Amino acid sequence: MPIDTSAAFVRTSEIPPSPPPPSETGLVKWLRENLFSSVGSAILTIVSLIAIYFILSLAIPWLFNGVWNASSLSECREAMEGKVGACFAVLTERWNQLLYGFQYPASEYWRPNLALILLFFAAAPVLFFDLPRKLLIITAVYPFVAFWLIWGGTFLGPLIAFLGLAAAYFVFERVGKQNFALGFIGAIAAAFAIWIVGGGLIPDSASDNAMLKAVPSRDLGGFMLNMMLGATCVSLSIPIGILLALGRQSHMPLVRFVCVIFIEFIRGVPLITLLFVANVMLAYFFPPESTVDLFIRVVIMITVFSAAYIAEVVRGGLAALPRGQYEAADSLGLDYPQAMRLIILPQALKISIPGIVNVAVGLFKDTTLVSVISMFDLVGMIRGPILASTEWNGVYWELLGFAAALFFVVCYGISQYSQWLERRLATDHR
Amino acid sequence: MKATPFLSTMSAAVFVAGMATGATLDDVRANGELKCGVSTGLVGFAAPDASGRWEGFDVSFCRSVAAAVLGDPEKVQFVPTTGKTRFTALASGEVDLLARNTTWTFSRDVDLKFSFIGVNYYDGQGFMVPKELGVASAKDLDGATVCIQTGTTTELNLADFFRSNNISYEPVPIETNAEAQQQYLSGACDVYTTDASGLAATRASFENADEHVLLPEIISKEPLGPLVRHGDDQWSDIVRWTLNALVTAEELGVTSANLAEMQKGTNNPEINRLLGTEGDLGAMLGLDADWAMKAIGAEGNYGEVFEKTIGEATPIGLARGLNAQWTQGGLIYSPPFR
Repeated sequence: MPIDTSAAFVRTSEIPPSPPPPSETGLVKWLRENLFSSVGSAILTIVSLIAIYFILSLAIPWLFNGVWNASSLSECREAMEGKVGACFAVLTERWNQLLYGFQYPASEYWRPNLALILLFFAAAPVLFFDLPRKLLIITAVYPFVAFWLIWGGTFLGPLIAFLGLAAAYFVFERVGKQNFALGFIGAIAAAFAIWIVGGGLIPDSASDNAMLKAVPSRDLGGFMLNMMLGATCVSLSIPIGILLALGRQSHMPLVRFVCVIFIEFIRGVPLITLLFVANVMLAYFFPPESTVDLFIRVVIMITVFSAAYIAEVVRGGLAALPRGQYEAADSLGLDYPQAMRLIILPQALKISIPGIVNVAVGLFKDTTLVSVISMFDLVGMIRGPILASTEWNGVYWELLGFAAALFFVVCYGISQYSQWLERRLATDHR
Repeated sequence: MKATPFLSTMSAAVFVAGMATGATLDDVRANGELKCGVSTGLVGFAAPDASGRWEGFDVSFCRSVAAAVLGDPEKVQFVPTTGKTRFTALASGEVDLLARNTTWTFSRDVDLKFSFIGVNYYDGQGFMVPKELGVASAKDLDGATVCIQTGTTTELNLADFFRSNNISYEPVPIETNAEAQQQYLSGACDVYTTDASGLAATRASFENADEHVLLPEIISKEPLGPLVRHGDDQWSDIVRWTLNALVTAEELGVTSANLAEMQKGTNNPEINRLLGTEGDLGAMLGLDADWAMKAIGAEGNYGEVFEKTIGEATPIGLARGLNAQWTQGGLIYSPPFR
């Protein structure tokens, strides 16, 4: 075919691509698509921007004009000279009271600090199961070390408590293999024998010149108290909750009956009622000089409360497992403890993780309820002594904001860990 | 067993004890310290300071009793109680004495089986309004919105007051004093009403305290006083006469400053009897002869404690008012030491 040469110009190369129209590129495109895609969303965008502007225009001067150095609210106001600003001086002046309560001896603050650092080491083998199993020894010893560090006094007390538990474990390992009931009862008897004999051997004056000064429970306070209650109650309530959940599914009528009544009763009562019982009612039943320590009464009540909730969460996980899993375990000839430990619980607990974490976070925040029974946790310190001092009466946002920030850090940490755990345990095919 | 709370829980036998009765004085001496129930925090009356030491009007009274009984004002174990836990703490023997600005009422005295040993502060319900409202009397408050704590006697007093004066109001229910401050400052209510001492403390914390005034009307009687359990008359006598000693000391001009001098003997026989240089009043109570001197030496006489903790020189700035000595036109009056 002959080439038509009448044309004056024939394009031989491709036209370079022109840039997209300005409305279809970059920031403008992103704004159009995401913020102004319709009249409705445009209105929402503008309203939100106005709202953000209002909040920031109030919050930023408040934050940045903040006064960090003053000894009372009126001094703060003088320093601000009529401008808007936060009085963060209350945090610096009462820092130790917020963290440790107002009665914990100042020279001993390193003890709870050390206990907190050790907590990370003790929790690590439980939380991250890729670590060597031998590290669990640290976890087993930790509660007794932490108790000694925080309460001080003679180290013989926690030592004997530990020896009692160790003896129980030893007896159970030896005897329980052949005869479960004998091992179980023998373990309890061994523990109590050591506690009673050992407790009697500790001289009454042992705490007087102890290496660590003894600190009574009523002197504990501040965020330290929240952390202690949270850590103790979470770690106690998860195993108890699992046992309750298994008990509720048991084929033995008595066990099932007891577990059902326990769970339903505890779930039907508000936590604050249980705390009042711990604080007020139990005082009537014990003679004044031999009451159980208030801290332990509160730990028992919070643990019992959250164990009932965790039991129901775990029961949900157990119910979600297909029946075939139970039958598979039976057909392999596993007995009940083996089936639970090797097949059922690993799967059921994996399903229950979000629910358990939910309960744990809720429990940690519920520890602030102890302020209503006149324990000085973080919120109790703020509502009681600090706001009732003549210097700081009237400072609300700064103190409660600080408390919210502390709780957020811990709760967000727990939530991030649980998400990591879910990813780590994800073995299903999606 | 004293070892540790951990062990005592595990092996403590559970006893069911009756209510603590009998010789509280012996218990206090055996313990070596007075267990005194105070508020978890109330401006001017009881609050720990920055170094953790309890300070306040009620706290001072605890120290005075400890000084009278044990000879040392520091031998007090302060047991913080809330409005809900205070009465059980006293009834169960957790505290020996409750000094927690508690209003003396018939049912608390008779039905709850406590002995109020006297009145150490005469309070009453008052009103606070912004100055710009231009109100001079509570009777001008027709149609006002009033912030009021729910579930308290103040709520009932308010309704009675407005009804008997034939004027109307609109209540704004609030839960706590902190909430009330915010509501009142943001203008959600024209008037805030609660106990006058609480109003003064609240007003003192405002940025512009001068723009708010307390109205002159006091519409209820709130006699606040320390209390002990029924059934131990010796103990209630000790606490009652410690309070009376502080009041009498102010009346007779005995202060913590001139105490040492007065103790050498004066021409006034009542001062001599009070300070134990004459007569044997201390022995009648089962205490040392100089018990009252130690009580006054702890934190000063009634007037000194008042001025130091809630008086006009403090940020709370309460005037003596009804709490002046009877010789000054107030209600503070002690039976004679004779």
